[in-house]
Amino acid sequence: MSQKNSEQFIRTCLLLILSLLVIAIVLPMGWIVLSSLKNNNEFFSTPLKLPGRLLYVNYQNAWNLGLSQYFINSVLVSGVSIALTIVFGSACAYGLTRFYFKGQTVLFYLILGGLLLSPQVAVLPLYRMLNQFGIYNTYWAMILPYVAFRLPFAIFLIRSYFISFPRELEESAYIDGCNALTTFTRIVLPISKPILASTAIVTGIFVWNEFLFALIFIENKSLMTIPIGLSTFRDALTTDYTTMLAGIVIGSLPIMILYLAMQRSFIKGLTAGSVKG
Amino acid sequence: MKRGKYTHWLFIIPALLFVLIFVYIPILQSFYFSLFRMNSYSPETIFVGLRHYRDIFDDPIFYTALKNNTWYAVISVLCQVGIGLVLAIILESKFIGRSRKLFRNIYFLPSVISVTAVGLMWYFIYNPNIGLINSLIRWGGAKDFSFAWLGQPKTAIFAIIAMSQWQYVGYIMMLLIVAIQKIPVELYDAAEIDGAGEVKKALFVTIPQVKEMLLVTSVITVIGSFKLFTEVFVTTRGGPYDTTQVLGTYMYRHAFFFDAMGYASAVAIIIFVITFVASLLQIKLSTRN
Repeated sequence: MSQKNSEQFIRTCLLLILSLLVIAIVLPMGWIVLSSLKNNNEFFSTPLKLPGRLLYVNYQNAWNLGLSQYFINSVLVSGVSIALTIVFGSACAYGLTRFYFKGQTVLFYLILGGLLLSPQVAVLPLYRMLNQFGIYNTYWAMILPYVAFRLPFAIFLIRSYFISFPRELEESAYIDGCNALTTFTRIVLPISKPILASTAIVTGIFVWNEFLFALIFIENKSLMTIPIGLSTFRDALTTDYTTMLAGIVIGSLPIMILYLAMQRSFIKGLTAGSVKG
Repeated sequence: MKRGKYTHWLFIIPALLFVLIFVYIPILQSFYFSLFRMNSYSPETIFVGLRHYRDIFDDPIFYTALKNNTWYAVISVLCQVGIGLVLAIILESKFIGRSRKLFRNIYFLPSVISVTAVGLMWYFIYNPNIGLINSLIRWGGAKDFSFAWLGQPKTAIFAIIAMSQWQYVGYIMMLLIVAIQKIPVELYDAAEIDGAGEVKKALFVTIPQVKEMLLVTSVITVIGSFKLFTEVFVTTRGGPYDTTQVLGTYMYRHAFFFDAMGYASAVAIIIFVITFVASLLQIKLSTRN
């Protein structure tokens, strides 16, 4: 009986600590969301009070002040980067696992070595290179480096999946007259949907949130992605704080919703990589 | 089977070209550029050998940056890995029932938000007059409290570091939870037969079993600390008086404000050496078994 009581006591204590931590995590976010629904007067005079009237118009303003364009750019850049990473990544993983040739392992390690190299170290030469290619300040100035820096990890992930499943299916496809390409597109890719989903998600978060490349490779406001757009908001809206807060919320929501909707693929991708932003 | 002798190259070459052109070549170029004085106005470059490196090591701001990155690394390892581990153990223990999923998701959530958004959020939270923190302190009784967390040279870098702990502790926790879930149940059963309680099970089963993951997460955190850029750029831009400069912002400033690409490339190479060594260590640790 007493053991049961002490267990109950420990449980209560732990839940209390965990709940305090929940407050520490949720309070800052909640404060931002609530403040984003206030007018600037309220925000300045009573930062801790609930908004008197919910001003959804802040969201409309943020959206119309350029966020809509940043949003479209982010969707476009993320979409194309994900697509290219998946196509080239899975093809390369297939070439590395289903063929035998000299130097295969060296090639794999060469590609994997890309994981060791941080984007910061490449950013200045890339800036010059993109200028020379004539694609500085275009969508491609972001997309091409993003794909290049995500491919090593994508190949690493997809390759380990390809290795894990039996080859009999593919053998029979060959007998039925498929060639290497049709086997890849009709047999291998459809079975690999789970890992492709994880790869897409990890690539998507990276691109959606990326700051450094987007800051340096883009000049035009009309091409900026959400992170850069938001940081220019800070300079442009020095007095209209609550609109800026609404912008922060709009920029963060898509990924949070995606996470809550697809937790499993999310966690699989993130933990397999163990790489931080 | 119909497959040509060179079919595999068709699959491999696109990805390989991407990685070579946009990852490897720029990094080699960084080495090369670091030996020259160059700017964006003139195509003229002057070979200066290792002079930029000498100048960097003579610059007190470089040491401020290095110190800030190091503070960030030390505090992040202690907080994120330390608290992350405690949280992971508590959430996987028998004390927490079905609510564990809810807690897990809430703690993890900040790590999916962009650093930019988090930085801007905390820029407001730290605001001396209207910010959440000072408002709460004033509400708690200190009526005239208005401390500029990000504006004071002594606290600014720690305010930024604290923000990152808030964002990433849940991420490290999640990595550790995944590692804990892979531990065979038999080990816990055996410990229970030996009369071990929850604390002993954590100390003698869980922690030894996730030791590798603890090392890996520590190294990831250290690597992340030396790649630091956005956190500082969106909150303080390196100020006040350069007290929050980190290697990333220091490089950016020399490249784009002082137009000293060669010097900035030398800074990039220093970042490269630090993160490369740490990454090698990570790969070594994570592929040990």
